Amino acid sequence: MSSFAVKNLAQGSRELIAFRVGDQEFCVNIMSVREIRGWTPATPMPHAPAYVMGVINLRGAVLPIIDLSARLGMAEAEPTARHVIIVAQVKSKVVGLLVEAVSDILTITEENIQPVPEISSDLEKQYARGILAIDKRMICMIELDALFPEKESEAA
Amino acid sequence: MDMNEIKEIFFQECEEQLAELESGLLKLNDGDRDPETVNAVFRAVHSIKGGAGAFGLDDLVSFAHVFETTLDCVRSNKLEPTQDVLKVMLKSADVLADLVSASRDGGGIDESRSRALVKELEALAHGEMPSASAHEAPKPAPKAAPAPAPVAKAEPPKPTDESGFQPIPFTFDGFGDDEEPALEGSVYEITFKPRRELYSKGNEAALLLRDLSRLGDMSINCDMDALPALDKMDPEASYFGWKISLKTVKSEDDIRTVFEFAEWDCDLDVKLAEEAASDEELPMIPVPFDLGILDEPSTSEEEEKAVQSSADETVAAAVSAAETATSVAKAAGRASEKKESAAAAAAAAAQNNAAAAAAAAGQTIRVDLDRVDRLINLVGELVINQAMLSQSVVENDATGTSAVNMGLEELQQLTREIQDSVMAIRAQPVKPVFQRMSRIVREVADMVGKQIRLVTEGENTEVDKTVIDKIAEPLTHMIRNAVDHGIESPEKREAAGKDPEGTIKLSAKHRSGRILIELTDDGGGINRERVRQKAIDNDIIAADANLSDDEIDNLIFMAGFSTADKISDISGRGVGMDVVKRSIQALGGRISISSRPGLGSTFTMSLPLTLAVLDGMVVTVAGQTLVVPLTAIVETLQPEASAIHSFGASQRLISIRNSFCPLVDVGRVLNYRATQANPVEGVALLVESEGGGQRALMVDAIQGQRQVVIKSLEANYTHVPGIAAATILGDGRVALILDVDAVVAASRGQSMKPEMSLAATG
Repeated sequence: MSSFAVKNLAQGSRELIAFRVGDQEFCVNIMSVREIRGWTPATPMPHAPAYVMGVINLRGAVLPIIDLSARLGMAEAEPTARHVIIVAQVKSKVVGLLVEAVSDILTITEENIQPVPEISSDLEKQYARGILAIDKRMICMIELDALFPEKESEAA
Repeated sequence: MDMNEIKEIFFQECEEQLAELESGLLKLNDGDRDPETVNAVFRAVHSIKGGAGAFGLDDLVSFAHVFETTLDCVRSNKLEPTQDVLKVMLKSADVLADLVSASRDGGGIDESRSRALVKELEALAHGEMPSASAHEAPKPAPKAAPAPAPVAKAEPPKPTDESGFQPIPFTFDGFGDDEEPALEGSVYEITFKPRRELYSKGNEAALLLRDLSRLGDMSINCDMDALPALDKMDPEASYFGWKISLKTVKSEDDIRTVFEFAEWDCDLDVKLAEEAASDEELPMIPVPFDLGILDEPSTSEEEEKAVQSSADETVAAAVSAAETATSVAKAAGRASEKKESAAAAAAAAAQNNAAAAAAAAGQTIRVDLDRVDRLINLVGELVINQAMLSQSVVENDATGTSAVNMGLEELQQLTREIQDSVMAIRAQPVKPVFQRMSRIVREVADMVGKQIRLVTEGENTEVDKTVIDKIAEPLTHMIRNAVDHGIESPEKREAAGKDPEGTIKLSAKHRSGRILIELTDDGGGINRERVRQKAIDNDIIAADANLSDDEIDNLIFMAGFSTADKISDISGRGVGMDVVKRSIQALGGRISISSRPGLGSTFTMSLPLTLAVLDGMVVTVAGQTLVVPLTAIVETLQPEASAIHSFGASQRLISIRNSFCPLVDVGRVLNYRATQANPVEGVALLVESEGGGQRALMVDAIQGQRQVVIKSLEANYTHVPGIAAATILGDGRVALILDVDAVVAASRGQSMKPEMSLAATG
């Protein structure tokens, strides 16, 4: 794993975890990530939205798995053994996010974050919080709380 | 142990005492005149008062004291426990409970109510026994309770300057006379020397001596040898001791009971002075054999004879009741019952039985609920792990004969047993909940001016603590409803030729692995016309819908339904029976109603015994594994092609022994597949659902039966219609537990909608 890592955790800098979904890269605040684990088949939930892949057993707790690709409006993922699940805390709940791979841990400061361009569609406006340009890659910073608003449950 | 912990224990004990108090009063209310019951009630209040005094809870002490005083009148047969008296007492018990919780959690109580009750209690005590008013007069605290003159003199625990004071023997005749007048019995020599801790904890030697004087004929000598010169005296120390000679029919145990709260803070020695005399004396007394005062109906003539012949031993046993086994103590109790006058005997028996009960209670421990919960969770994990382990062993050992396999089977049995035992720890009788209901009935009945009696049955039925905690709320709501809407006003009842006093019966029993709670009132029953009209007004049913009586009754469980014409303070706060139904269903329970016009209604709730595990049938539906609660399944069958009949566009019925039952494809309801499966290829589970209707649930195959640990879906996900919860199976994967009632309701909804729209247009 190459790292951008400007290793100064000075004021205003923060750590993000970057991952790949489809052919795009996203990142979330590392503080909301509990663990990263391999893919295991999930039990599908009836009446669930397409992006809810089902639930898995996480050491005795029932953990819902979200297909982040589908949630972000891209193609539905076809999970393989190489997919990973990012177990993240979203508000009071713990969810698993299915992504293709975790690529990086980034330490950034506010100056690294560029605003989201005006052209974004509604969905992107909702969750995108900024864009990072790192090593000629573009990484979109997303806000998990916005992806799973309180009303999400009612979509189920 | 710091003060707060001790205080916490006191409040826990208060809770128990309050329960004891209430159940005793209710027994009296039902016509029980057993002096033992009165004693139990008295003891409860006395214990609360004693403890409260130690913690300086003055409000509690003063109220308990007044209450105790009045109860004492009942105990000494000066006050007849009539219905009216008991009504006041029950209210007082409620206020006492309020005071206890106010003392614990802070916050105030309804002062005017407690003051009014204090007046009523005082009136009862005074009205019936003015002669005893001197020491019965209520005072704010027991410390300040005015002891009559002799006691006042005998109250030198705070040594002052009377260094020349001589010990003065005096008698307590003036007090003993509200007890049994004839004192046949033994003489005890009691040495009582309080330590300074006794006073620092708020106890009062004079009060103990006064209580002691009530046991019999007493003479007392104050021992002041230890009193130092004035200049060497510590004003807070204890210097006095007393030598008491007590002639009483009571046992040593009763004497020690007097010092119950002080026994660790004093040197107490109780000796029997005239053993020989009492041994000869007792058997000579005529034996009034009153079967009515025996607490156990099993007492036979032979036993009675045996007790007689071993009178000597039993008397000895009575003396050392604390150390003797429960049965002996009871026998001693019975023996003395037969040898003494009825009232005194029963009182002694009560004390003996109490000692026995105390001995039994000594075998329990208080455990923090969190610890039990943690244990239960761990055992749950153990069960899952064990299942996973055995599954992987089975996969690698097809013959199933290896030593590992045998060992695993034993492990499985052990795990089961551990689980059962752990569950048993949490099992609690429903009694506390039922008792809370009796208070609600009293209060609500008072508010609406109705006379209602609550009869409870099977209150010792045990059920998991989680269930107990959760049934209280729906039950409260239903009780309020029954009082407010169910029972008619006394005038109406009289006009209908009924007893003006309504009866609400609350019963609990175990029924095939579930607990069945029934709430029956003898009121007017459901007004079907009004329910129907209301349902039509609220667009719940079509104006000309054809509904059976049962269906109309069950309309009250529909959302947004309340038949109360006006919103009253008691029910109709916007929470209707639909909320009750939903909370019962959330517990995995079912509720139904049956009503007979003019005769009353019965609500029947069926609840699981525990919320932590469930016996389920593991089935396959469209490639998915589901668990169906075993309690819901009536039978399983393999449908034959000839038994399946199409009905309308999409419905199918299955004929089972000449009756037709709608077929519900679980795979369709849960959206697992787009088209209905062929019933002949699957298995039908005949389920009994809410409201009594049967449905045949189609699944693809049955995998087996197993106990599963219930895992919440809501914790990290959300409620899913048709799914009650999740569980983790042996392979470590999550399986969903089917909510049978919801699936049936969904299928009914689908079939009902077209009908209703037809009814509306036609």
